[in-house]
Amino acid sequence: MADTSAKQVLFGPIFSNNPIALQILGICSALAVTTSLNVTIVMCISVIAVTAFSNLAVSLVRTQIPNSIRIIVQMTIIASLVIVVDQVLKAYAYEISKQLSVFVGLIITNCIVMGRAEGFAMKNGPALSFLDGIGNGLGYSVMLLFIAFFRELLGAGSLFGITLLPTINEGGWYVPNGLLLLPPSAFFIIGLAIWGLRAWKPDQVEEADYKMSRHKAKEAF
Amino acid sequence: MANKETVSRTLIVALALCIVCSVVVSTAAVMLKPAQVTNQNLDIKSNILAAAGMLEAGATPADIEEQFQRFEVRLLDLDTGEYVDPQSVGFEDAMKYDMYKAASDPALSTVLGSSEDPAGIKRRPNVAKIFILTENGELQRVVLPVHGYGLWSTLYGFVSLEGDANTIEGLGFYSHAETPGLGGEVDNPRWKQQWVGKTVYGDQAGQPEIRLVKGGVDPNDPNGEHRVDALSGATLTSRGVENLLNYWMGENGYATFLQKLRQGEV
Repeated sequence: MADTSAKQVLFGPIFSNNPIALQILGICSALAVTTSLNVTIVMCISVIAVTAFSNLAVSLVRTQIPNSIRIIVQMTIIASLVIVVDQVLKAYAYEISKQLSVFVGLIITNCIVMGRAEGFAMKNGPALSFLDGIGNGLGYSVMLLFIAFFRELLGAGSLFGITLLPTINEGGWYVPNGLLLLPPSAFFIIGLAIWGLRAWKPDQVEEADYKMSRHKAKEAF
Repeated sequence: MANKETVSRTLIVALALCIVCSVVVSTAAVMLKPAQVTNQNLDIKSNILAAAGMLEAGATPADIEEQFQRFEVRLLDLDTGEYVDPQSVGFEDAMKYDMYKAASDPALSTVLGSSEDPAGIKRRPNVAKIFILTENGELQRVVLPVHGYGLWSTLYGFVSLEGDANTIEGLGFYSHAETPGLGGEVDNPRWKQQWVGKTVYGDQAGQPEIRLVKGGVDPNDPNGEHRVDALSGATLTSRGVENLLNYWMGENGYATFLQKLRQGEV
């Protein structure tokens, strides 16, 4: 975190320090809410709003928070914001909030939000923290939209609910790939995306934690 | 600046934070409540209209309200098959009664033993909330709520019957968590279209004969009017749908009422 210019803070997390691809945070909701793009976009906006405002709020009170209860304080702020977001969705986007169901509430446990509050907002000023929240929310969103694009297109033959590949069930020709509608498929797509990203930016490749020693036939005896 | 690690300071910060957060949360909840209630009511109404085939694509909230006004909301005692007064379950307005809430209230529901519970619902409310459409004094449609267990989840839906209280006019499930692409195809409009015109009862009154069959309905099947093609790859969801429909159309469900309705007794 040496470089803290506003631009770096805002756009860094999108590709060079992506919370999902590099830090491997927030995977749970990336599996759960990416079956259709409409739902994904609402989820992304919610997460951006929560990370941005929780960072802002935590940063504003950071000099007042006693160290012993700082995690609880952050958690309370995040939980309150998530409840507000959930209420707003129920009032203005009822259909989508029904599809998102419990996952809006689970933004509270999204590691990205907590991680940014503790890792960035506790140390930096409000304006910069707010931008950092938006930046990380965007990084999360880019990844989610990427996953949802493939899952909806190949799993349901449509994008944003508009049919592009008419499926057999609806009298068309496309046999949808049922696996892509199930959560595990997101793992494959995330894996492929991380591979692609690290091939593009080799500095993200981590060093191996351990090295396997060469096989020796003698050890078997 | 005073040391921020003291006990009193910690308590003050915690208290202040709790007060601020609870004010924010409760303000949001109270301010948005009316909009949320409107959404929920609209959602239920549009599900009823959808089951009855009266929901047009792109209908505005005003359209939904207007169409729904044509229905009469009645409460029904499932054992006797007679209408009951909303007062008897403690409501002024029949629309406010929630039969799924009543199902968990021991005073308003009956426990089902495993032999009489093919739909897997465990408790059945004594009073159901149904929707009736009459035109010029003649019964046009009756929309009945149904629910039961599929593979992963309880399916909640509505079945709409024509004026003869036997022919299915449409059905739809508004809440379930079946596997997308397999059991989730209960929402597929093409599959739902098959139900239109099927009949619930055969010669024996009060004995529903709905079956979901594998491999499509044989056109020469004499019982074809009670048979519907099952969902491919979703045996358990299909069985769940069959069980729940036969349960709710059977003697523990609406059979008594529908029989009286056919004979013009209610």
